[in-house]
Amino acid sequence: MAHQESAFISIDRPEQGIVVLAPTADIDMSRSPDLRTSIRQEMGSGIHKMIVDLEEVHYMDSSGLATLVEAMRNASKSDTKLVICNMNQKVSAIFEIARLDTFFSIVVSRDEAISL
Amino acid sequence: MQQRPEIELKLISDPMYLCGARELVGCIARRIGFDDMDCSKIALAVDEALSNIIRHGYNKVFDKPIWIGISPIKPSAESIGGIVIIIDDEAKQVDPCKMKGRELEDIKPGGLGVHIIQEVMDEVRYEKRDSVGMRMILTKRAPRPEESPRLSDRKATCAIKPSKSHSRN
Repeated sequence: MAHQESAFISIDRPEQGIVVLAPTADIDMSRSPDLRTSIRQEMGSGIHKMIVDLEEVHYMDSSGLATLVEAMRNASKSDTKLVICNMNQKVSAIFEIARLDTFFSIVVSRDEAISL
Repeated sequence: MQQRPEIELKLISDPMYLCGARELVGCIARRIGFDDMDCSKIALAVDEALSNIIRHGYNKVFDKPIWIGISPIKPSAESIGGIVIIIDDEAKQVDPCKMKGRELEDIKPGGLGVHIIQEVMDEVRYEKRDSVGMRMILTKRAPRPEESPRLSDRKATCAIKPSKSHSRN
């Protein structure tokens, strides 16, 4: 399994064509640009599925949401499936407030996201 | 006339300090009696307000001043208590009535901050400060013990009348 780290994002490749981006800290205006950069880089690398694992994200603001909305749009254009997993209740609440909880494909665990 | 806030924080408009503002607001809200989820949402509302000031008010210039004032609303016969958060800046002034969230049906990146603030807080009020900058007044009342936390249907209000600026120097 290939594994690499960016500033605050762990990147795994559990299977051919699947990449898992796992931010390791809260996502706000100061960090969402790093997440956006990582997503853009990986989206253009020939994958068919991108998983964003939020297990270590205890807080996210609307800049994080905007980054994921942009990722979802780019994924649709490039025939890539975008799946979000391991979202805690507080992060889930912001998706609900923004009424984006049904826009994304959200599952409980990374394993479920990989097998989806 | 507004009373001086019981807690005041001055920070510069650098996104790296958003986490400190969130922690402070969340901790105070917890001491006032909000549950964990409400504390997180109140901190989120403040984060969104500060991010909007940095992004739109100061055009991502990261050394401009922002003041946060926090006061509890004490429980009384008429009120069950809560929190008032006043955020002042020296950014460009805009018509308070134009501070509205966008329609959510159009799913696109960005523009969610004002909507989130209005959803989370009970009252959101924008004012022009008398010389320069804007003031945002956020109010959230603690739920009665028998009430479960909920999102209520609030609307933002605006005030054209300039507000008195605190002496901040």
